[in-house]
Amino acid sequence: MDFTILILILPLASFLILGLCGMKMSHKAAGITGTLSLATVATLSYVTAALYFGAGRTAEGTFETITPYNICWLPLGGTLSIDMGIMLDPISVMMLIVISTVSLMVHIYSMGYMKGERGFQRYYAFLSLFTFSMLGLVVATNIFQMYVFWELVGVSSYLLIGFYYTKPEAIAASKKAFIVTRFADLFFLIGILLYGYYTETFSFTPSETLLVAAGGVIPVALGLMFVGGAGKSAMFPLHIWLPDAMEGPTPVSALIHAATMVVAGVYLVARMFGLFIDYAPEVLHIIAYVGLFTALYAAVVACVQTDIKRVLAFSTISQIAFMMVALGVCTSSDPHSGGLGYMASMFHLFTHAMFKGLLFLGAGAIIHAVHSNEKSRMGGLRKYMPVTHITFLIACLAIAGIPPFSGFFSKDEILAACYSFSPMMGAFMSFIAALTAFYMFRLYYLIFWGKNHYEEQLALYKAGATDHEPHKPHEAPLTMTLPLVILAAISVVAGFIPFGHFVSSNGEAYTIHLDYTVATISIVLSVGSILLATIMYKSGESRLTTAINSRMGAFIQAAYHRFYMDEIWLFVTKKIIFNCISRPIAWFDRNVIDATMDLLATATQKLGNFVRPMQSGNIQSYCVWFLGGALIIILTLIFFA
Amino acid sequence: MELLSTNILIFAGLALVMIVAAFAAVTTSRMMRAVTYLLFVLFGTAGVYFMLHYTFLGAVQIIVYAGGIVVLFIFAALLIGKGTIDVTHTSKRRYFAGLLTSVSAMMITLYLIVTSGFSTDKFTVDGVPMKVVGTALMGTDKHNYVLTFEVMSILLLACMVGAIMIARKK
Amino acid sequence: MIVPAEFYLILATILFFIGVFGFFTRRNLISLLVSTELMLNAVDINFAVFNAYSHPEQLEGFFFTMFGIGIAAAETAVAIAIIINVFRNVKSIHIKNLRNLKH
Repeated sequence: MDFTILILILPLASFLILGLCGMKMSHKAAGITGTLSLATVATLSYVTAALYFGAGRTAEGTFETITPYNICWLPLGGTLSIDMGIMLDPISVMMLIVISTVSLMVHIYSMGYMKGERGFQRYYAFLSLFTFSMLGLVVATNIFQMYVFWELVGVSSYLLIGFYYTKPEAIAASKKAFIVTRFADLFFLIGILLYGYYTETFSFTPSETLLVAAGGVIPVALGLMFVGGAGKSAMFPLHIWLPDAMEGPTPVSALIHAATMVVAGVYLVARMFGLFIDYAPEVLHIIAYVGLFTALYAAVVACVQTDIKRVLAFSTISQIAFMMVALGVCTSSDPHSGGLGYMASMFHLFTHAMFKGLLFLGAGAIIHAVHSNEKSRMGGLRKYMPVTHITFLIACLAIAGIPPFSGFFSKDEILAACYSFSPMMGAFMSFIAALTAFYMFRLYYLIFWGKNHYEEQLALYKAGATDHEPHKPHEAPLTMTLPLVILAAISVVAGFIPFGHFVSSNGEAYTIHLDYTVATISIVLSVGSILLATIMYKSGESRLTTAINSRMGAFIQAAYHRFYMDEIWLFVTKKIIFNCISRPIAWFDRNVIDATMDLLATATQKLGNFVRPMQSGNIQSYCVWFLGGALIIILTLIFFA
Repeated sequence: MELLSTNILIFAGLALVMIVAAFAAVTTSRMMRAVTYLLFVLFGTAGVYFMLHYTFLGAVQIIVYAGGIVVLFIFAALLIGKGTIDVTHTSKRRYFAGLLTSVSAMMITLYLIVTSGFSTDKFTVDGVPMKVVGTALMGTDKHNYVLTFEVMSILLLACMVGAIMIARKK
Repeated sequence: MIVPAEFYLILATILFFIGVFGFFTRRNLISLLVSTELMLNAVDINFAVFNAYSHPEQLEGFFFTMFGIGIAAAETAVAIAIIINVFRNVKSIHIKNLRNLKH
């Protein structure tokens, strides 16, 4: 498996080439360079997966963990060292496939979407940097390497959100994303340091005795790591950056803020799953409740947003929370009794990456066609954009959990895991799944059905009411539709992958079998929600919609404003932290530390001003001083010698 | 009454004149007067040399100092003109600072002189014969000063050239 | 009765410090030169007195006085040349006006 190093080197090389010589290349050359390197990486990833899973199982029935490279990068004394390397195990190989596939699709798609944009080469360079960092993150051999790449991922996310750096919103959004995730990463780092200090290693498999000796510290460390993961994976209340991150180019949203980077938190918890389940099950359950709340919150907010990318962003938050819940409801590492959630979570991560990437790319195609994010500019687009329409519908069905699309299978496993944890949890999750179906189809109908904005404008133009001819929406070029079709195809068939054979909580093969009660409930709920959405939104705003709007106006307003979470954060940071902590510190700095320095300077200056007149240039006064000094010396000699 | 012998009386008169003249020279507000008072001091100094029986030295003092230098002073004072020659004193603060330092330094020096106790028994009234002065000035033996004499002459030459260079009009 | 050496020394000291006082307080270049001459004179007297009272068989003090007079003459000549030159340039010999060297 020595070739796996190429999976990391190729994107890095393409980043360096595009970043350093990009301005000398044509747009086409830059795009092809990035895409080719990514195509190679994707191929290598598939080969790796084929070889890895094809190699068969060990005697215990698990896949062997392979470490082709592990270089001691920074020895810290004792057994503690920071290593850099590549580790292959079922989840990292699975992540390699997800990342390289979605990234490749986004690379191809961007050639059409970003055509003619200023900074096209820079865009590809950043995409390569992101892919490199994300791949480095998933193949990390130890928690510290993970952290290093984790931060690199954050930086590339920051760079890509702020890609349109002349737009103030984009700058604000990139800063917000960076600061919020960085704030969460502080806890992650503390967690890592605690973990490293007590287990004397940064690897994922510390010695049993040290773990037992560390006692209560391990749950704390793992909890802190989860806070870092919650920041990246936009868990409530650290989710505030993700909706704003939609200011970046849409393919970036698809790649980073839907499919890959935001699931890093889930991946982190899955990576540390063995420790969580053995030493901190209560932390795992806290994760479950946080995830549940986030999923509910985000789903409710997603129901009323008008910006289609915002809807998708909240949908992403909700779906990632699903994965977190699935991990959190695990009670043992045996998939047959309480460990099902692990497999379900990874399965959902896989399918979600595909259909959410597809949704975002589809949204990108729509935005490309109508030049707006607002639903009011859309409607009735199905005639104009047939390919986008069909693929978007497939993605909606997948996320809504309609069989035989992939989302159904993974979501069903999550629900089954939740019901086996507690019926309450399962009921809540089913409700949220129903909400998911509702808001996705609300979005679908608002975009593709109902009155067409273009036609309305055209009618007005023909009647002479407006004097500029509206822009006719058009189907996206092949570079954009091809990835849509590929991802749609994956979304259709991915559910039939025997996922449990590859990934499960204890590594042994697990055969997915549908829990028919759960499946029936969720199908009924989803279909019901879709019908409701159809009634409410298929042909514009129906009477029912108006009635609901008038009944629940305040609630809808609150949900539209995301329950004022951003305002609460601003209040906490600006009013409380700034006023109560930063201001006193600033005061102390200005009036005590600076003042001490100022005092020194002023004293020197005053002394200088006092001494300066002596240097009058007047020889007579020098002589007086000289004689006075001589007198003192003579007197001293007379009386003391 | 031995204390008040002729020598001492002469010395006392001389000293009185010199001190008064010196004091007047540094306090008078007119420059010509200051130079004139200086002349008195210089004559007094010549008198002191005579009292020490260094007659040649007294003669040199009168010729060079009183005859040469004071004339230079007078020339300078006249060249610079009446309008600017009024002597003004410095500010009161500096005046008293100068007075205080010089008076206290004088006190200490006087104290040291009085308490040190010089012997006076080697003093003779023979004086120095002119021939001795001449051979010592031109001799090359021990305690002879031909080298110093030559250095002095070069110094005077340099000063002469320098003075002309500085003072001449461009 | 010969005059004790201390008397001469006291006289020289008083003259010297009158010169010092003048040097400290006068504000006029020629007056400063006068003060300097007073000090030089006092020193000359000292040389002669020490020679006469301590080592009459040698003539070091004697010749020092003589050379001192010579140097005083040279110094005065140069100083007065400078003063006249200064006056010609600045139109004043008052030292408060002679500040150009400071800058």
